[in-house]
Amino acid sequence: MQDPRIKVIEHRLSKVNNIIAVSSGKGGVGKSVIASLLALLLAKKGYRVGLMDLDFTSPSTHLILGAKGLFPQEKEGIVPPTFENIKFMSIVYFSKDKALSLRGQDFSDSFIEILAITKWDKLDYLILDMPPGINDATLDVIRYIKKVKFIIVTTSSILSLSTAKKLIDALNILNIEIIGVIENMKSEQTHTIMEKLDGAKTKFLGEIPFDPKLERCFGKPQMILTTKVSRELEKIVDKILT
Amino acid sequence: MHEWALAEAIIYTVTEIAEREKFKEVTRVDVKVGELQQVDLETIKFALTQLRRGKLEKTEFRIEPIKAKLKCRICEHVWNFDKNKLEEEVAEAIHFVPEVAHSFIKCPSCGAQDFEFVEGRRMYIESVSGVK
Ligand SMILES: Nc1ncnc2c1ncn2[C@@H]1O[C@H](COP(=O)(O)OP(=O)(O)OP(=O)(O)O)[C@@H](O)[C@H]1O
Ligand SMILES: [Mg+2]
Ligand SMILES: [Zn+2]
Repeated sequence: MQDPRIKVIEHRLSKVNNIIAVSSGKGGVGKSVIASLLALLLAKKGYRVGLMDLDFTSPSTHLILGAKGLFPQEKEGIVPPTFENIKFMSIVYFSKDKALSLRGQDFSDSFIEILAITKWDKLDYLILDMPPGINDATLDVIRYIKKVKFIIVTTSSILSLSTAKKLIDALNILNIEIIGVIENMKSEQTHTIMEKLDGAKTKFLGEIPFDPKLERCFGKPQMILTTKVSRELEKIVDKILT
Repeated sequence: MHEWALAEAIIYTVTEIAEREKFKEVTRVDVKVGELQQVDLETIKFALTQLRRGKLEKTEFRIEPIKAKLKCRICEHVWNFDKNKLEEEVAEAIHFVPEVAHSFIKCPSCGAQDFEFVEGRRMYIESVSGVK
């Protein structure tokens, strides 16, 4: 009784050079903002980029980007629509932005289904916006996407950092590559996160300030690229690319 | 057609099974397809004959539908999925990602959306036979 969808996933992702999951452990730390901006910045630099929203219960990247009225094309599978030079995939195409609560197996099944039918073709980067928590989505990404690497987002709060560290430990045990940690929504001039991370053997990528103007740029991708958040993230991107 | 993507998945998987079992030739493959996904069986069959090669050249593909049954986790009511009761747009969404049924379908008895698919959600390969 074999599920034929599993085997096809590696073929679907075979021409994708880098797959980066933006994850955190704690909720509300800015994963979706960073994943969306990361996709925009990489596309602006001329890379072939895909963005996949894996937060099926509360997808938000379509709201951040302002990606409206899109639907994938059906062509021996489904081809994600392109928005701002990003191949963009989200459950909202199918759930029509209605509430969608999925228990474990149902999450996995929809995740596998989407991976099995989506034709990304050639990409330099596929960015995954992860839901909060170290549960179904994280485990499935690790299980079905062998070449995934993680970027971990935390705020300056020790509550956020303590879960981030657990995620780092879990990934280290599984030998999954961690690109590094980003400290987001920073409001005070301290280096606590960088110092506290010291023991975790994970690279500190940089910090992004709290920017009260960010919210009003949502839905306008070109405006988001002019924010402080974008400028700081771009420095981090340049560091990752070298 | 997204049926082609599913047919491709069957071909890859059967090819892998044939390698593992050291079959020289695959004679028959039985596939069950859950009705929830409203997959067009003729299209899948046609796609399979177009995509197959090597050890699968002469394979007989038997594809059978399975009725989709849902069960409410709150009141335990069991009912059959009926595509005809849905708007076309909703049926299409469920065709692509069946789990989004949780956004649109309610238990006909108590109205809850917390239900499980007891049968007929997915497609699976039931058996692969061949000559060694
Ligand atoms: N650097 C920043 N400056 C100002 N506001 C920010 C910043 N980063 C994120 N935010 C805001 O914080 C909130 C949470 O951000 P976001 O939704 O990206 O977090 P998340 O980690 O994806 O949340 P969830 O865990 O629910 O998926 C949003 O309202 C967003 O606008
Ligand atoms: Mg989010
Ligand atoms: Zn019920």
